[in-house]
Amino acid sequence: MSTQTTPPPATQKALPPGHYSFFDLLRSEWTKIRTVRSTMWTIAVTVVLGIGIGALVSALTRSHWSSMNLGSRVSFDAPATSLIGILFAQFAIGILGVLVISAEYTTGTIRATFSAAPNRSRVFAAKIVVFGVLSFIVAEFTSFVAFFLGQFLLSAPATHATLSSPGAFRAVFGGGLFVCLLGLLAMGLGTIIRHTAGAISAFVGILLVLPIITAALPSSIAQDVRKFMPDRIGVDVLTTKGQDFAAFSPWVGMFLIAIYAVVLLAIGASMLERRDA
Amino acid sequence: MIEAKGLTKHYGDKHAVEQLSFTVRPGVVTGFLGPNGSGKSTTMRMIMGLDTPTAGDVTVKGKHFKNLQWPLREVGALLEAKAIHPGRSARAHLTMLAQTNHLSNARVDELLELVGLTSVANKRAGKFSLGMGQRLGIAAALLGDPEILLFDEPVNGLDPDGIRWVRNLLKGLAREGRTVFVSSHLMSEMALTADEVVIIGRGKLISQTSIEDLLSQSTENFVRVRSPEAAKLKTALEQQGAVVALEDDGSLSVRGVNEVAVGELAAKIPVVLHELAPQSASLEEAFMELTEDSIEYHGTTTSAGPVNSTGAKS
Repeated sequence: MSTQTTPPPATQKALPPGHYSFFDLLRSEWTKIRTVRSTMWTIAVTVVLGIGIGALVSALTRSHWSSMNLGSRVSFDAPATSLIGILFAQFAIGILGVLVISAEYTTGTIRATFSAAPNRSRVFAAKIVVFGVLSFIVAEFTSFVAFFLGQFLLSAPATHATLSSPGAFRAVFGGGLFVCLLGLLAMGLGTIIRHTAGAISAFVGILLVLPIITAALPSSIAQDVRKFMPDRIGVDVLTTKGQDFAAFSPWVGMFLIAIYAVVLLAIGASMLERRDA
Repeated sequence: MIEAKGLTKHYGDKHAVEQLSFTVRPGVVTGFLGPNGSGKSTTMRMIMGLDTPTAGDVTVKGKHFKNLQWPLREVGALLEAKAIHPGRSARAHLTMLAQTNHLSNARVDELLELVGLTSVANKRAGKFSLGMGQRLGIAAALLGDPEILLFDEPVNGLDPDGIRWVRNLLKGLAREGRTVFVSSHLMSEMALTADEVVIIGRGKLISQTSIEDLLSQSTENFVRVRSPEAAKLKTALEQQGAVVALEDDGSLSVRGVNEVAVGELAAKIPVVLHELAPQSASLEEAFMELTEDSIEYHGTTTSAGPVNSTGAKS
């Protein structure tokens, strides 16, 4: 310890050329998302609720068909009935969207992540891609299976739809896309709020509490405000019969949800960049 | 090489780090010492680009951390134990880190082996003890075989075996020519590991020095003398300009002259000596002396302190 021998030459290892790539970050984020149980659980709940509730309602409708009056039979929306579970599945995907980022903060993993890859925007982009693709696949799978199972259960005498029925494909594909976009919106909330419980509360609040608040507005403006609400747009996307004329058309609505998600993710990204990790 | 220049971090009114400048060079273990809450962890987070300095600058290998091309292969850090998702296994945690810098799964296995976690590699990290979490953190730091290593309180929670292992590991890494920067609030631990120390208190630099210099600078170096004619010797020493204190056990503590001078004087007088022993301060005492004014969270009792307290500052 006493004599300071000349230090040996620093280990000059040759580093690989270039730098860590976006593809490396995608692989890392994929490893992260598939190695925690919460992912498994939220996906399982998404699929079970999304398919199960639609199947249940379809089967019940079929068994009550003979006692339904003509008006109800004519206005019966077979695709929407089979997809009703989407409105429950959206909460499970939202929770996963929040957890994907908030769990990194609450556990401190974010500091390990940024110590390995300090380009925060690039890490965040990889996270968005991985979660976005995963939630898109899960949501579309859920939506399509729910549709086919529901239509199978709605056998004669009940009317049922096929993918080529008017509006049916839009409702099925749109239902899945809607859930995926809501998941991304929830991820934006998770990035801004950073606390799991807080972000989930905000997400649920937007879908359940906001409609109640707008319902209390004077009726002259309530409708105009109401049509911007995600829950309203969701119902609209799934509906193939008796469209509400006070609402945006399904694709415009979907575009709005996409904008909400992008805005929240962009705010989250800029906060992620500026805040101390 | 790590270089900090005027590094400053304020959280609102709290000045966590203030105008801190120091250099950590390769080939030696540099200890980063300071009482709890003195700004060590904040400084380490700023080195790693996790916290943005309010003012000043810090670089690794002459670059800002954010601009490194292969961060994990260039700088490894253990910042806090158990900064791991409790539901993720040790292997998954290391794998996701390895992948960011294009490191192989084989490298992950090597590190699990090195830190002795192979048998629990697939268990959820939430079940780990603090010591196991610490080992996993060390594995993460070493994953990219980096040239620069930072460890924040690495021996916390380790058993004596683990402590010895970390000590040897740090020394070995420095011997290979790496830059090793390790924080601790325990001077005794640093005495056994570090070659150099950066000492801070209340966010400010108190001293950057070698362990040896730190000891020799200390006023706690003195000579203990026993003599049947203590009073006579005391008077003679004081005439020579030494400061002499008569201790409760009858021995004399002589400061200001070394043991050679005391021995020669005793022979000249002459008085019989029963003991002549140079006492060097423990590093702990040297450290306490340096940081005395800068301890943020004082305990209320100061009675058992080994230091000649000059009176607690209020």
